[in-house]
Amino acid sequence: MRVELSVNGDPYRREIEPDATLLSLLRETLGLTGTKWGCETGDCGACTVLVDGEPVVSCLQLARQVDGTDVTTVEGLEVEGELGDLQAAFVRNGAAQCGFCTPGMLMSAEALLRRNEAPAEAEIREALSGNLCRCTGYSKIVDAVLEAAESRQAPVDASA
Amino acid sequence: MSGLLVGAILRSPHPHARIVSIDISEAEALPGVHAVIHAGNVEQRPYGYNHDNVPLKGEKVRFIGDEVAAVAAVDEETARRALELITVQYEPLPTVFDPFESLDPSSPQIHDELENVEGNVAMRWDWDHGDVAAAEAEAAAIVEGMYSAPQAAPVPIETHIVIASFDPAEHLTVWSPIHMVFMYRKELADCLGLDWEHITVIQPPVGGSFGGKIDIDPHDFITVMLARKTRRPVKLVMSREEEFIGTRTRQPIHFKLRTGADADGNLLFRDAEIVSDNGAYNGWGSHAMLVAMQTITSMYRVPASRVRCAVVYTNKNYGGSVRGFGNPQATFAVEQQMEEIADALGLDPMDVRLRNANQPGDVTPQGMQITSCGLEECLEIVREQSGWDKRRGTMRERHRGLGAAAFVHVGGGARIYRSDGCGAMVKVDDSAQVTLITGASELGQGSETVLAMIVAEEIGVPLDAVHVINSNTDVKPWDVGVHASRTTFVAGNAAKLAATKVREQLLETAVEVLGAPVDELRIVDGVVEVSGDEEKRMPLGKLMRRRLLREQGSIVMATAFYDPPTQMQKDYYGNVSAAYGFGAHVAEVEVDPGTGMVRLLNLWTAHDVGRAINPMSAEGQIEGGAAMGIGLALSEELVIFDGQIAAPNLHDYGLPTAVDVPRIVVNLVETIDPRGPFGAKGLGEAGIIPPAAAIANAVADATGIRPRAYPMRPWKVKEWLDAGERSHVARQGAADA
Ligand code: FES
Ligand code: FES
Repeated sequence: MRVELSVNGDPYRREIEPDATLLSLLRETLGLTGTKWGCETGDCGACTVLVDGEPVVSCLQLARQVDGTDVTTVEGLEVEGELGDLQAAFVRNGAAQCGFCTPGMLMSAEALLRRNEAPAEAEIREALSGNLCRCTGYSKIVDAVLEAAESRQAPVDASA
Repeated sequence: MSGLLVGAILRSPHPHARIVSIDISEAEALPGVHAVIHAGNVEQRPYGYNHDNVPLKGEKVRFIGDEVAAVAAVDEETARRALELITVQYEPLPTVFDPFESLDPSSPQIHDELENVEGNVAMRWDWDHGDVAAAEAEAAAIVEGMYSAPQAAPVPIETHIVIASFDPAEHLTVWSPIHMVFMYRKELADCLGLDWEHITVIQPPVGGSFGGKIDIDPHDFITVMLARKTRRPVKLVMSREEEFIGTRTRQPIHFKLRTGADADGNLLFRDAEIVSDNGAYNGWGSHAMLVAMQTITSMYRVPASRVRCAVVYTNKNYGGSVRGFGNPQATFAVEQQMEEIADALGLDPMDVRLRNANQPGDVTPQGMQITSCGLEECLEIVREQSGWDKRRGTMRERHRGLGAAAFVHVGGGARIYRSDGCGAMVKVDDSAQVTLITGASELGQGSETVLAMIVAEEIGVPLDAVHVINSNTDVKPWDVGVHASRTTFVAGNAAKLAATKVREQLLETAVEVLGAPVDELRIVDGVVEVSGDEEKRMPLGKLMRRRLLREQGSIVMATAFYDPPTQMQKDYYGNVSAAYGFGAHVAEVEVDPGTGMVRLLNLWTAHDVGRAINPMSAEGQIEGGAAMGIGLALSEELVIFDGQIAAPNLHDYGLPTAVDVPRIVVNLVETIDPRGPFGAKGLGEAGIIPPAAAIANAVADATGIRPRAYPMRPWKVKEWLDAGERSHVARQGAADA
């Protein structure tokens, strides 16, 4: 069967198996391997992407169900080839060690910041609680999200 | 990769059974199947410690998950269907899951084929030092008790994935996350009868290991066997379930420990009877006792010690070398008894710890030579930050408590193999780009950055001028591998030595080109400077071109191999590491007396890291390690019924999430180790060691009960609360006095 969707702003039309997941569509069909596979049971969050702005574990989402939607993956956080603000905050804060959970963490954090511009630490922890990280102990990830939230709120430099 | 096939493994559904017959004809006939292998149609030899394992089992299976057959097919679905078409007839055998039962000579023997194994005892570790009986007679107080650690798992978020491919000239390339790459290559060759000079191991970025990717596993061999059989590249991905049931775990260890001290709190002896339940095969996990023993004999000054340890086989998934390697388990016992004995003597546990603290210059009973040691300072820091003196023992009404634990762990390599070394090559090219080719592997622990920083500092170039290559055995110099918190220390020293030589070569050229004596030259930020002569500055790129692009030019490149001055222990005696890391944690908990729920409110940590070369990443290692320690303490466990892991998935396993781990306070204590690169010591495992012990002590302070096992899940704590589980004080000093 055929799906049509937008991924990171680009339109795609692809033939898929009816039982293909969004994760396999992204990784195998479209070659967007930034989204990670960690369990296939919805437990690790490494495969999190945004579907119409909402965070979704793509391993449990059938590709045919995202027909007509707007999908954002970690590759879509870049701005003109540069790291996006959230990604840069992760780097500055040491929020990635092995980096395997990072794409999913970034997408959950991005979804949070889109609906709550000034989240409290507890809200950040809650929003990331579906994303497992075995390396960091989470604090540096929380710090990165706090920092990104703050910089998004900072008044825009008038001279820019 | 063109022609890539998918591999899949058929695993035993029985915990212990004889394989009567295996029929692969239907699986072979399935279109899309390129190979079906089992013990009867492949070449393989026993491998592992005491050669007690073989990749594909022919005679019998010894745990649920044991590998019996494998297929390579065009896609995953076909491979799975082929597995279903293999018929194996088993004759179930009597089983043994409990390690104490396994010790009973009448229990079923799991490795009846091994002549050098008596019953189910894979190995014994016995140790005697000093006169324990005399110390016992002298002791003012003695505490005793059982302390148990469960089977747990390393759980990297990326599972094991292996790709194997033979080229037409029979050269094998394996892409694998295993981080003992050179040993891996040899083990592959030995087991499969391959020429190891025709094997290349490539390590792609690794999505975490925590020791789970140290051991070579049957699936590694199987992937190569499938590629050999099919003449096609084969990829094998462990599913999350297989990661739990078919890769290495943290072995459950049970300690019956006694500690004695005099009336002033001076430790007199420790006496331990230990049973390590390492499962169906030895793996590296059988050697976790090496580290557990060190904590019993050498954590604090202990004049007399006795250890009797049996590593036993049981019909369960077997143990590997998970982060901390026996130390979280041993520390759980040892550090609880530090507080129990202090309480029995009416002394403050921090005072007792400080009184017995290891000191620089000490040689422990096992011959461990302590060089730098910041234990006292670490204890003082967490004592102060947690408000220990005012708060411990005062919050029981609010069901709150404080508990502490310290640790000792190797931090300067660990000689468990004939060599403890690592190679490094450093070169500078005509653009002044510096390349470090290191034997070490990056697993997300940040070694690449730390090694680059060491090289940049040593030569005098900016950090971003240094590139690190570490992923291919054809290219990189030999290394034992990543284990035992050794990379910063051993690979760091190797990189530093090579970088020193490179700097000397650069300065030689500078003397020639700039016409200044060497003692007036410095390399700063990628520029050679001549003291007192601003005019003569020359960027390294230009200097390099002057050296290289001429008749009789030459390159700048140096190699080094650093093998720390460590000893292979003989009869458990010898200086196994060139430096030792120390640290202390204090935990604050609140226990709900109704449900037994333990909530961790705070964790203060102080770690003697020698020198923090990259403080952010050192902190990250300690926070991440401590989070794993918190998981062990409160939630992580592979629950096993009749040999079956009840719920091999991430949902039930109990990995801590962002809401379970509090903000951890990390203090980096710098003691500048005399042998460490710029004074640094290893710290990769450190964070995981004390939390379970510290949290158990905090639970005891909050409730008066004495935790006997972790994870301290609510129902278990509730059980102890209801039963009034207390410290077992065999002799009470203060009461006698
Ligand atoms: S791969 Fe989707 S949640 Fe783990
Ligand atoms: S950085 Fe490795 S799992 Fe999060």
